[in-house]
Formats: sequence, structure tokens, C-alpha cells
Amino acid sequence: MAVSRAMDTFPRLLFHHSRVRGDKTAMREKDLGIWQSWSWSDVAEQVSALACGLAELGFRRGDNLAIIGDNRPRLYMTMAAVQCLGGVPVPLYQDAVAYEMLFVMQDAGIRFALVEDQEQVDKLLEIKAQLPLLEHVAYDDPRGMRHYNQPFIHDIEALLAIGRIHIRNHPDFLGDEIAKGAANDIGVMLYTSGTTGKPKGVCLTHNAFISAAKGGVEFDRLTADEDILSYLPMAWVGDHLFSFAQAMVTGFTINCPESGETVMTDMREIGPTYYFAPPRVFENLLTQVMIRMEDASAIKQKLFHYCMKVARRCGADVLDGKPVPVADRLLYLLGTLLIFGPLKNVLGMSRVRVAYTAGAAIGPDLFRFYRSIGINLKQLYGQTETCAYVCLQPDGEIKFDSVGKPAPGVEVRIADNGEILVKGPMLLKEYYKRPDATAEAINAEGYFMTGDAGLFDDEGHLKIIDRAKDVGKLANGAMYAPNYIENKLKFFQYIKEAVAFGDSREMVCAFINFDIGAVGNWAERRGIAYSGYTDLAAKAEVYGLIQECIEQVNTELLHEGALADSQIHRFLILHKELDPDDDELTRTRKVRRNFVAEKYAVLIDALYSGKSSQFIETAVKFEDGRQGKVAADLQIRDIKTFPVAGRADR
Amino acid sequence: MSREIGEVILDLKNVSLAFGGVKALTDISFDVREHEIRAIIGPNGAGKSSMLNVINGVYRPQQGEIILRGKHFSKMNPYKAARAGISRTFQNIALFKGMNVIDNMMTGRNLKIRSNLIQQALWWGPARREELEHRAKVEEVIDFLEIQHIRKTPVGRLPYGLQKRVDLGRALAMEPSILLLDEPMAGMNVEEKQDMCRFVLDINDQFGTTIVLIEHDMAVVMDISDRVVVLDYGRKIGDGLPDEVRANPEVISAYLGASH
Repeated sequence: MAVSRAMDTFPRLLFHHSRVRGDKTAMREKDLGIWQSWSWSDVAEQVSALACGLAELGFRRGDNLAIIGDNRPRLYMTMAAVQCLGGVPVPLYQDAVAYEMLFVMQDAGIRFALVEDQEQVDKLLEIKAQLPLLEHVAYDDPRGMRHYNQPFIHDIEALLAIGRIHIRNHPDFLGDEIAKGAANDIGVMLYTSGTTGKPKGVCLTHNAFISAAKGGVEFDRLTADEDILSYLPMAWVGDHLFSFAQAMVTGFTINCPESGETVMTDMREIGPTYYFAPPRVFENLLTQVMIRMEDASAIKQKLFHYCMKVARRCGADVLDGKPVPVADRLLYLLGTLLIFGPLKNVLGMSRVRVAYTAGAAIGPDLFRFYRSIGINLKQLYGQTETCAYVCLQPDGEIKFDSVGKPAPGVEVRIADNGEILVKGPMLLKEYYKRPDATAEAINAEGYFMTGDAGLFDDEGHLKIIDRAKDVGKLANGAMYAPNYIENKLKFFQYIKEAVAFGDSREMVCAFINFDIGAVGNWAERRGIAYSGYTDLAAKAEVYGLIQECIEQVNTELLHEGALADSQIHRFLILHKELDPDDDELTRTRKVRRNFVAEKYAVLIDALYSGKSSQFIETAVKFEDGRQGKVAADLQIRDIKTFPVAGRADR
Repeated sequence: MSREIGEVILDLKNVSLAFGGVKALTDISFDVREHEIRAIIGPNGAGKSSMLNVINGVYRPQQGEIILRGKHFSKMNPYKAARAGISRTFQNIALFKGMNVIDNMMTGRNLKIRSNLIQQALWWGPARREELEHRAKVEEVIDFLEIQHIRKTPVGRLPYGLQKRVDLGRALAMEPSILLLDEPMAGMNVEEKQDMCRFVLDINDQFGTTIVLIEHDMAVVMDISDRVVVLDYGRKIGDGLPDEVRANPEVISAYLGASH
């Protein structure tokens, strides 16, 4: 087959691997209890057959093909097959219900779909009437498909069979098609989640994903010997980067779990060397470990807690290669032997060289736990429009509150309003059929506007602060990011909710809700008697406790450049907990800032007018629907703030 | 559906069963056709489970005979029944609680194992080959019932609904031609019931297995079965298509009365 030697599209990369490491395992999937594998040459053969089968059905250059299903080798192969023909694969979220898929299917003008199983076929049949363009649906798993005799539904095996006949009759066809491909063709289209308005199809070129993949591979020195567990939705940009683009670039092995419920077992069996999970997965794992530890015998518990203490003291430094006292080093070694090693084994992380998390803020304790037991967990930052490739944390330079330094080849700039602007080869080409949205997202200088506000710290690490639209300014013009301050406060176990005020004001003040569990426990240990939240909220000791937390936040803020002015000057502890039933929080427990500001306007006035206490009476709804009133005389405290260095020079 | 209901393969003629003076079944006759789903319903104590126990030979009726694929059995016993391709699940799950799911399901393959005890103990030659084959078959059933995630979990640690599914898996591992299900959905929540219904229908459809099923949930019975037998105080009071049974006045007064 005449294939260009340049490796600038995914099909060319694929055939390159089938030439240079044809026998090496490219994909694995657990089926009937056994890991089945496909070598790179198997994959190349199946991709060729699939591509030719699709061509035989009438798939043409420029067509879009929907891929719907869990991570399955055949589904990844289909992506490559579509790219061979110059088409665009469009992976959809497999757990979406039919009507949620409708918009994307219509928007992308889908003529062909390859789906995992009966469930997905049924969804497409349900909306088929609204999809006049849809011509062919192929499925991977034949289970339950015996009675589907519609002529437009095909078994993937049948597709492969007609593809193989096609190859025999037209041996040069596929090579020619691949040769027609260019690096700047669209390689894949991923839809944004559409939390703000309708989903948009993000068109990403072969070059964009190959650049992003190469950058990440060099950054973390990934090789063809990595093993990765592919278990996150194929429609998500991260999975496309890790399980498809990087695998294609380096030639490492992707492993598809048996089912959603077996991921933990499968992970233990595979022992990935390169791993990605959102923070909640890490959190669940830790919770499971802690629960099981509580059931362990007393000796084991003692040993575990002792070793974890050692790990907290020096684990992260050992991992970063920083100097550690010899005694600690020996203790840590012992801990690795007795606790950390077996623990990592249970988690399936014994072989993990590089682990990433992203998508949401990860709590510092959680982050430190994994690093301290020797798992190189790092954070990254990126979005669909940038192939999930903007910032990465370099080994040895890990800070829990930053997302690292700009990745190789990426230019990051902070706009005047604090918004993070990004430029580089990994940027989207356009939003599908949405020139208006494209023009809005990419500015005249070619920077993509992320919509996130951030800043660089003294060492050049990027910190994500807030959504850009939430960021305001203090009266003196300094940047003010309420979510950032509130998150900092909420990282303390004692603080449950915080609401910061400061937009267009001369200083930042805050309302605090403490965590009744944690503070109640703290009070009991000190012999402080209390009857409930409102009572505890009025105690001077509790004010003292919260004040210490806030002072610590202020010290941290002092070192954060533009945010030094956001130190909290005054605060009060609310006499009741903010509650979704009173409309103060959303159902997902996010503070409804404007509503709270309006409802407690009198308290805000008191904060800014310098009063030391304020009486308030608030209506509350009890769980049984009755109305009641809570009244209290709230104290207001001033907090020590630190002078901002260099202020006089400005 | 492409499944076609065939000839009568199981015929019960004038079966009577008594325990001392208690008449459990009195002169009951009905038949089961190949590939059909046949339900047995009736109030508590009507004799449903006794009927199932007669079919697979746990109880021996004092009168009557069982004709299985043209062969007359006046004395059925569980071994013969199993050899003839009848397997069953139990109302009170009959699994080895301390053994894991795979091992439990492997017991369902017991009848098909040809190698002898010594070969198996040494795990040598044919025994080893054979075990691989049986394990592969069990894995197919695991895949079919979607219980991959509990493959190696001891059965005693599983929730009730999953234990029921494993019990079904053990029966299926036998590759039966007739499957007897004794209240497969008892004690399940709505979602588990729906899953179980789907499995019963899929087994019937994909493997062509004939299914005889006892069930209390009328909605389920009327939905999935081809024909229904109604028992009351050990007597047959109705037999026919679900709609006919529903319209039968005797059945209504005995069983459905309250709900009409």
C-alpha cells in the first residue's frame, strides 16, 4: 500500500505503527473473563476493512459519522477508519437519552452511525423519524439484535466482510484515500457539553491533536510501553487525547474495561502506567480505603496511621526528589514496604508513573494523600477547544492550587480583565457551522478566549481563579474573584459555606457558615456547651476559630500578586445555615450570590459601615414546610490584614 | 418474534400428590410445548411449588405420569430430570454461600464433566482441557446475565437480587432445554423485576429454552407468558392464554377476585 511516510495524520501514524511495531499489542479488551488483544497490525487490518466497508456503503470524504458507546476497541478503530476516508468521527456521550442525542445528530448532519449495542440502536430508532439524513447504523455487539431486520442496520462483522472483499477488488483504494488526507483536515468533532446554551461542535484538526499529544508525550517522557485504561467517555476530549491521540503518537497500549462496574478490578489486573481520573474518582477511592481501614484490626490501623504520618511529613518530597533526612527516608522506605506498596497495589496504581486529574478543583488533602504515598498525581488544564492541552504540572514542581506551566508550544496570556487567552497549534479550527461563535471565541490576534479567569504566580504557574464573567474589581481597581476566595475558605474543614462581597467596594468582607459536624466536635472536645447551630454561631470561641482560618487565607492571598488586595477585612458568622429550601443555594449547593446579597442587605451594610454587631430576623422554612423565624444579634469581627508590598509605588 | 412454539414436549397426566392425609395436588393434567413460556399461578398453598417438584422428580406423585419427549416416567427423580435437560431455580436460593459466583455456576456444569475424580484432583490432561471448556461456557452465561463485576465475589456477600440472578446463572450453565423457575421475582424491587423479566424473555428467545415459571406478580405473568395454568387448593381451575385465564370466572373468584 502506498502510504506517505510523513506522519501528520492519524491514519498515517497507524500504518506507521503497524510497520514498525506490528506485533506489539495496541488494544486490549476484557471479554468473557479474558483479556483479548489486538496487535498494531491487527488494528491496521481491521481499520482498513472497516474503512472499505464504510466506503462500500457510500461513506464519502467530508461525511460525519457518529460513534456512540462505551470504550470498545472497535469503536476506536472506527474513528481511525473514518479518518482514513477523509471523514470526521463524532463521538457522542453514550449515556445520553435519545432526545439529548437528537440535537447533535441533526447539527452534525449524521448519515452514518456506528454504535456499541442494542441499547444505542434502540435510541437511534426512537429518533430516526427526525433524522432524515441518517442512512446507515452499524453495531458492534450482536446481542439482542437478532430480530432487527431493517435493511439500514448492519452488524460490524458484515461491514468488515464487505470491506475485505472491497480491498481484494480495489487494492489501491485505501492508500489513495489516506494519501489525500492533509494535516489540516478536521480529524474529529467533539461537542461541548452545552451547559451554557446549545452544544457546539468543536472541529479539531489532525495537526491540533497530534501537536497536543506530542507535546504531552515529550513533557512526561511517555513511551510505546505505557499501558492506559480507557474508561472515560469517548466523547470527552480527555479520552480522545489520552486513549486515541497519544496512543497513536507513541504506539502505547489502550485497555478497555469489561464493563462500567468492573473498572476497579480491571485496573488492578492491567496496572496502568499512565492514568487519568477526575477528582471525584480519587475521592471515592480514598473514602473506600478509609472505610476499609476502620474495619481493620487495631495493630493494622496503628501501623497505617503511623505510616501515613511519615508519608505526610516526607512523602511528597521523596517523590519530588527533594532532600529528606536519612531517618525519614528509612521510615518512608519501611512504609512503602508495609503500607504504601500494598495500598497502591489494591488501588491498581503500582505501576503508575504519571497520573493526571482535571475538570474540577481537587482538595489539597486529597491531592497530598496520593502524592505522599508515591503516586505522581498532577493537574492539567485545558478545554475541548484546546485538545485539553494548555497547562501541565512539571514533575517536581507540584502545587495543589495551580494547574502548572504552559505546555510546550502553547502561549498563554492573561487579558486585562483577568481572562486566560491561549494560542498554539492545538486550537480548534472552528465551531461546526457556527462562524458567529468561532468569531466570538477567537480574537483578532488568534488567541482563544477560555472564559476562565486566572493569573500567573511568581514562579510562572497558572492559577485558575474563577469564571471570567464572575470576576469583578475592587474600588481601587484590583481584581476580585469571589469563587476563588470562597473556595480557599471552604478548603478548611470547619468552613462549610462562604459568601464573599467586594465587587466595586473598597474592601472584601465575608459571610461564613461553619460546618456543624466539624465545629460541633471541636466544641465538644473543648467542653463548650451549645444547643444548636445558632447558639454555636454566637460563641466567641467559634469566632476565634474561624478568624484563624481567615487570617491564614489572608496570608496566602498576600503572596498571590493581583489578589493581594482581596484579603478579607471583616466577617460575620451567619445565624442560620444557607439552605436550598430558602432559595439561598441552588439544588447543586451553589450559593445564589445575588439572592443572598439582597436577603441579607442589612448585614452587608453593617459589614461596610463599621458596626460591631447587627440584629437580624430571618424567615426560615422547616423541612416539614412550616415557616418560622430565626433572630440573632450577630457579631462582626475585623481581621488582621497584611499591607500589600509595593503599594506606594503604584 | 421468530421463535415458534412447537410440539408438546412435557405432558403431565392426572397427577395426584398427597403428604399423608394432606392432598397437595389432585388429578392435575397440563402440557408444556417446546419454546413456550408456561406460567403456573395460584394463591399461597395452591400446590405450585409441589407441581414443580413433581416435574423434576423431587416429589413422587402417588398417581399419574410424566411424559417427557414421548418417554413415560412414572418415577422421575432429580438426576433423571437433569439428564433429560431440565434445570431449575429455587424459591429460597440454593447456592453455596461461601463459594464465589464462578464456582457456584461451575456446579451447574457438573453433569457434563466426563473426567474422573483423580484426573480432576491432579488437574491433568483431559480434566484441564475440560475445565477450560466449562469455564468458557460459564463465562458466556456471566456475560449474558451481566454479572461480570461480581464474578469472584462470594455469593453470601451479594444482595438478594443478585443472588437470584446467580441462581438463574447456575441453572443456565446446565444448558437446559426446559428451565423451571420458582418465583424468580419474589422479593425484588421494580427495577430488579424488570431486569429479570428481560432475562427470562431473552433466554427463551435466544436459546429457545422452554420455561415453566411460578410467579405471584400477575402483571409479570400476564406480560411474559404464552399460556397460564391456575391452581387452587391442589386443583386445576384454569388453563389457557393469559386473556382467557383473566376472563375465567372461577379464576377471578379464587385468585384475581380482590383486584377486579
